[in-house]
Amino acid sequence: MNEHAPAPRQQSFSPQRLKGIVRKESLQIIRDPSSIAIAFVLPVVLLLLFGYGVSLDAKHVPIGFVVDNPDANTQSFIGMFKHSDYFEPQRFITTHEAKQALKARKIFGIVRLRSDFSDQLLSFGEAPIELIVNGVDANQARITEGYILSIWQLWMSRTAQEQGKPLHIPVTIEQRVWFNPALKSRNYLVPGLIAVIMTLIGAMLTAMVVAREWERGTMEAILVTPVRLKEFLLGKLIPYFILGMGGMLLSVAMAYWQFDVPFRGSFSVLFFASALFMLTCLGLGLFISTITRSQFVAGEISILVSFLPAFILSGFIFDINSMPVVIQWLTHLVPARYFVDIIQSIFLAGNVWPIILKNCAYLILMSAVFFILIIKKSHKSLE
Amino acid sequence: MLYQILALALKEFQAILRDRQSRLVLIGPPIAQLLVFGYAATFDLNNIPVAIYNQDNSYLSRELVSHITGSPHFQLVKNIQKDDEIAPLITTKKALMVVHIKSDFSTEQAVDYSSKVQVIVDGRNSNTALLSLNYIRTLLIDFNQQYLNDRGQHPPPAVLEIRSWFNPNLLSRWFIIPGIVALLTLVVPLIVTALSVAREREAGTFDQILVTPLSPFQILVGKSIPGIVIGLVQGTVIIALTVLWFNIPLLGSIGTLYLGLTLFLMSTVGIGLMISSLSVTQQQGLMGAFLFLVPAVILSGFATPIANMPELVQDLTYINPMRYFLIIVRGIYLEGNSYGDLVSQFWPMTLIGLISLTFAGWLFKHRMY
Amino acid sequence: MKNISEAIIQLKNISLSFTLPGRIITALDNISLDVKAGQITGLIGPDGAGKTTLMRLLSGLLRPDSGQATVLGMDVVKSPQDIQSIIGYMPQRFGLYEDLTVQENMDLYADLHNIPVSQRASRYEKLLSMSQMAPFTSRLAGKLSGGMKQKLGLACALVSPPRLLILDEPTVGVDPVSRRELWQIINQMLQEEHISVLMSTAYLDEAERCDDVILMHEGRILDQASPDDFSEKMHNRTFVAHSDTLSKRHLQFRLSREPGVLDALIDNDDIHLVMQEPVSDGLPLFKDIDNLTIHPTRPHFEDAFIALLKKNPVSKTTSIATTNLVDKDKTSLSTEDTSNNISKDTTESIIKVDKVVRRFGDFYAVKGISFDVKKGEIFGLLGANGAGKSTLFRMLCGLLPVSDGRVEVAGHNLRTASATARAHIGYMAQRFSLYTNLTIKQNLMFFSKAYGLRGKKQQERIQWALDEFELEEYLNTNSNDLPLGYKQRLAFAAALMHEPDILFLDEPTSGVDPLARREFWQRTNALAESGVTVLVTTHFMDEANYCDRLIIMASGTELATGSPEELRSRFKTEQNPQPSMEDTFIALVESKTQQGQQS
Repeated sequence: MNEHAPAPRQQSFSPQRLKGIVRKESLQIIRDPSSIAIAFVLPVVLLLLFGYGVSLDAKHVPIGFVVDNPDANTQSFIGMFKHSDYFEPQRFITTHEAKQALKARKIFGIVRLRSDFSDQLLSFGEAPIELIVNGVDANQARITEGYILSIWQLWMSRTAQEQGKPLHIPVTIEQRVWFNPALKSRNYLVPGLIAVIMTLIGAMLTAMVVAREWERGTMEAILVTPVRLKEFLLGKLIPYFILGMGGMLLSVAMAYWQFDVPFRGSFSVLFFASALFMLTCLGLGLFISTITRSQFVAGEISILVSFLPAFILSGFIFDINSMPVVIQWLTHLVPARYFVDIIQSIFLAGNVWPIILKNCAYLILMSAVFFILIIKKSHKSLE
Repeated sequence: MLYQILALALKEFQAILRDRQSRLVLIGPPIAQLLVFGYAATFDLNNIPVAIYNQDNSYLSRELVSHITGSPHFQLVKNIQKDDEIAPLITTKKALMVVHIKSDFSTEQAVDYSSKVQVIVDGRNSNTALLSLNYIRTLLIDFNQQYLNDRGQHPPPAVLEIRSWFNPNLLSRWFIIPGIVALLTLVVPLIVTALSVAREREAGTFDQILVTPLSPFQILVGKSIPGIVIGLVQGTVIIALTVLWFNIPLLGSIGTLYLGLTLFLMSTVGIGLMISSLSVTQQQGLMGAFLFLVPAVILSGFATPIANMPELVQDLTYINPMRYFLIIVRGIYLEGNSYGDLVSQFWPMTLIGLISLTFAGWLFKHRMY
Repeated sequence: MKNISEAIIQLKNISLSFTLPGRIITALDNISLDVKAGQITGLIGPDGAGKTTLMRLLSGLLRPDSGQATVLGMDVVKSPQDIQSIIGYMPQRFGLYEDLTVQENMDLYADLHNIPVSQRASRYEKLLSMSQMAPFTSRLAGKLSGGMKQKLGLACALVSPPRLLILDEPTVGVDPVSRRELWQIINQMLQEEHISVLMSTAYLDEAERCDDVILMHEGRILDQASPDDFSEKMHNRTFVAHSDTLSKRHLQFRLSREPGVLDALIDNDDIHLVMQEPVSDGLPLFKDIDNLTIHPTRPHFEDAFIALLKKNPVSKTTSIATTNLVDKDKTSLSTEDTSNNISKDTTESIIKVDKVVRRFGDFYAVKGISFDVKKGEIFGLLGANGAGKSTLFRMLCGLLPVSDGRVEVAGHNLRTASATARAHIGYMAQRFSLYTNLTIKQNLMFFSKAYGLRGKKQQERIQWALDEFELEEYLNTNSNDLPLGYKQRLAFAAALMHEPDILFLDEPTSGVDPLARREFWQRTNALAESGVTVLVTTHFMDEANYCDRLIIMASGTELATGSPEELRSRFKTEQNPQPSMEDTFIALVESKTQQGQQS
């Protein structure tokens, strides 16, 4: 048996084996339309949907007016609404008609000026204005109320001025909105969405591709080669890391150029934080894949533990401070929560180091926990 | 004929319910989602973290401060002493709002009978910012009125009396939770049906069914029944929870609600079966369901009003059955709508259901390779 | 050469069991064995015998519960990585990445084995030329035929020259030509690189080519010997019978019921008999059967296999149902007299296929096939993977529309036919398409209802299926957890629920062990005897002998049609006076490729 070449001495870490896995994984990504779809098509679709479809900013809200006794005062009051972008006033003759329209969801609210409106106004009595809003969508109702409230105040002080009887309002507000003066909801929804998209690529895609190797029987063949577990895991991580960062760059570019979201922080900080977040998501994805070997279950679990929480519990749409304490505590287990904090700040406020450092620390902790769990849970065997 | 349809439906149930994993998928996530959504998905603000910078220290300013700190909506996080403390508090999100009472606050009052208070808000989350501004404004109106009354002065000439119909305390939970009825009865039946044909195709049993005397129509009905029944059962549990656990008022008739639910399920199941007949593998079925679900939920008016969307997107929502069902659910829960009020929502769902079911049935036989 | 006698694998008292919810499966039960170096060792045994578990254990993928196992002197528990560096392993599904090309798959394994780039070119060249894959290096593995995938899988396992090659059922689902090529590769590697090979197989003729054979059953080793030694034990127990008056199928049916007969099967034109005990004085006697000529014959390797397994009927899996359909169900299956009548009445064509074409885009899967099947015939569709037989089959069942031409089953095109027409056919799909998470009972209930059976009739038929296929014991087991042989029985039972006149069987024996295959053919024969028309596809060439007539297909066209005797007689030569069906098939394919080259 001398002609036998001695078995090559296999070292414990080989760049060549790592390169082999990375190349294989990259080729598979390029050739699998569903990976490309999740990494590039889905972000674009989601961004477009959210950027254009989702908006909490009320505009042209139809409001019904019922004026019992029209005169110059009521005219000037309604005029204020006509000139506002927020409202589309409609006149109704009777309250009944207006109420019917409200019930039929044709108008969102009713403003009724009673017959003694002008009299009361001149005599410094109380000119009653009745406002009825459809409260089904509480958020929308509250925002509309706020708009009407400020129009009403503005109108009052103007009228008082004109009549030479300056209004005595003891305390008025001088408001300053930092970071997003126009209060555009897109400016915070779009950066938050980037966190959701990266979760999707990192956790869901990764969880499913490992399960796929089990289902197709290729895992078995790979395990019976000299490849080490760390090489295999690292070889999987690198291409998906690049893919996820690609999805991130695409989303950031769209946010900046397509949706004109201001970018006030530095890109390198965002890149670094994104890399950390990506690692955490990949850790989560690989961890899911150590639990199950079926693509279906992996997909199901990753939607449940990564996608949905990233949507609801990350503070991306819903304010975490307003949630019940138990749920607030739960949000600390959602990696996206930390990244949403970081990315919204970097986009709108700049490099706010206390926020960035604190959240990065959490991300480092979480990814460390995931990777320790992965290494503990996976063996190079079939058990 | 009916006998064979029932046999198929029974088999579908057995296939879905026998597996522990798929049973869990049917029961666990919906309940968890209802609870998490019900509590977490709220636009109401409480405990707005506020910092106060009172440079004036007069009776008036102290009264204003105690008014703010006494409100259940606000929570004082810090009393600021210096100008340069403001920025870090806001940027690091320790406070959402800073109320700045400048040193000339009381002198202004004495001279002009009006003084300004500066309110700085973190605008990163525009919705939260907007709402917190509304809260502070309402609070000030209250404060002013009380102040004037105490001094026997005229209140402002025109008083705004606000009433909100259907949801007097403007609880967003009343808005979100009936929506969850629609959301969950969409998700589970859709996934169940989206996988049903694909699973059989993958296993090869679909061929086996096609060569039996069962007609495509029988297969269609037999495969629709489980999705609809599961949806109805789940819907019942969720509706019971919304009323008994979350105390959401249910003003309208239960019969109309169930009619809406059934029609909605029919359209959901139709779309699910269509996705399923188009897919060859379960993975594709799941992917297809997902790609339908996300836009369907976002463009339904579930969380954000359809009226705020661009016109083109608004037109797109007309093919989304969930759009109609959301109006029905909320109408019946909060507004007490009757059948007559909702006819315009019933027929589009029926139409979507019929079209998608027909197409799915056609696909059974014509997509085979 | 002193190493040759050395043991390359040593197992001492190895046990391994798996815990499933609710039960424990003992996959390996106190196994001890040695495998010698420098030769091919075959691992055979029925489905579920523990072959795959054993191979995974040797590859370091599973750890034994107890006992000691060494491969090339290294302990599988202590140093699996070292073992994995010097063995080549090909799992059942070849372990290929279907979305990578041939070259990329080989590169991956070369990288994983740390082969320096400088050494690769010569190795690739050798492997590619051996497997005749050189023209296909840039093709995606998923687009290769079954045979090519298997050769690529083998090439990947050989990229780094292994000292031990472990192959898990490398030839399942592969056509005879590819099997022959695979053996050539293995033999060449054996000679040139002095590797050792351990392979499991379901084909007993392959086991016969091994130097040493291990027969496993229910996690234990029944025997280990050379194939000749196995056959030797069958001395004086095997005979060939022939009758001029009875059809071979009928004769087989009769003989299998005679006392003392362990096994009777159709072997080309005759019946191959295996007796329970050696008949040392002359020939066995069968008084009841007229015109019987009988003479001794050399035992097949398979005979030994069957005999050994039948001696160990530890579980039901191995107990061949020697009882027959006729005994149990007189209503559905006729007695001898009528069966004779029916087999004579073969004028009526019940399935007509006329110049059928099926296109997928530019690709012609079936290019103008024509044939007729007569009532009560067993008609076979033979061909390698990708020959177009499944496509043709699906068109016949109405699952796929024809692009051109005409198919007719009992006067209907099943694609457009009414439900009543479909009620006359039974269908058993490839891979035993059952509801895997339903129990046997639930499956049978569903299929009986789908065929409109109800009430007493339904109960009767279900009871019949449970008795006939011995499924009672597993009544409430999920069909997914059944052994493969039982899955096949259940699928067969489901297809017979409604007593169909025509039976479509797509690869009914693929992946099933020899015992279950025999059992299956016994039932099919009995059905045909009772007048049921059977259309069956298979890639097992020896099974062609069970057919009355058959068509052999290659790349969508017909190579030959006729009775097995007719087809075989075409290739009778002096060297090979009795060509097997496999010889015939290969000869047909080769003549076809020659024609192709000439034109």
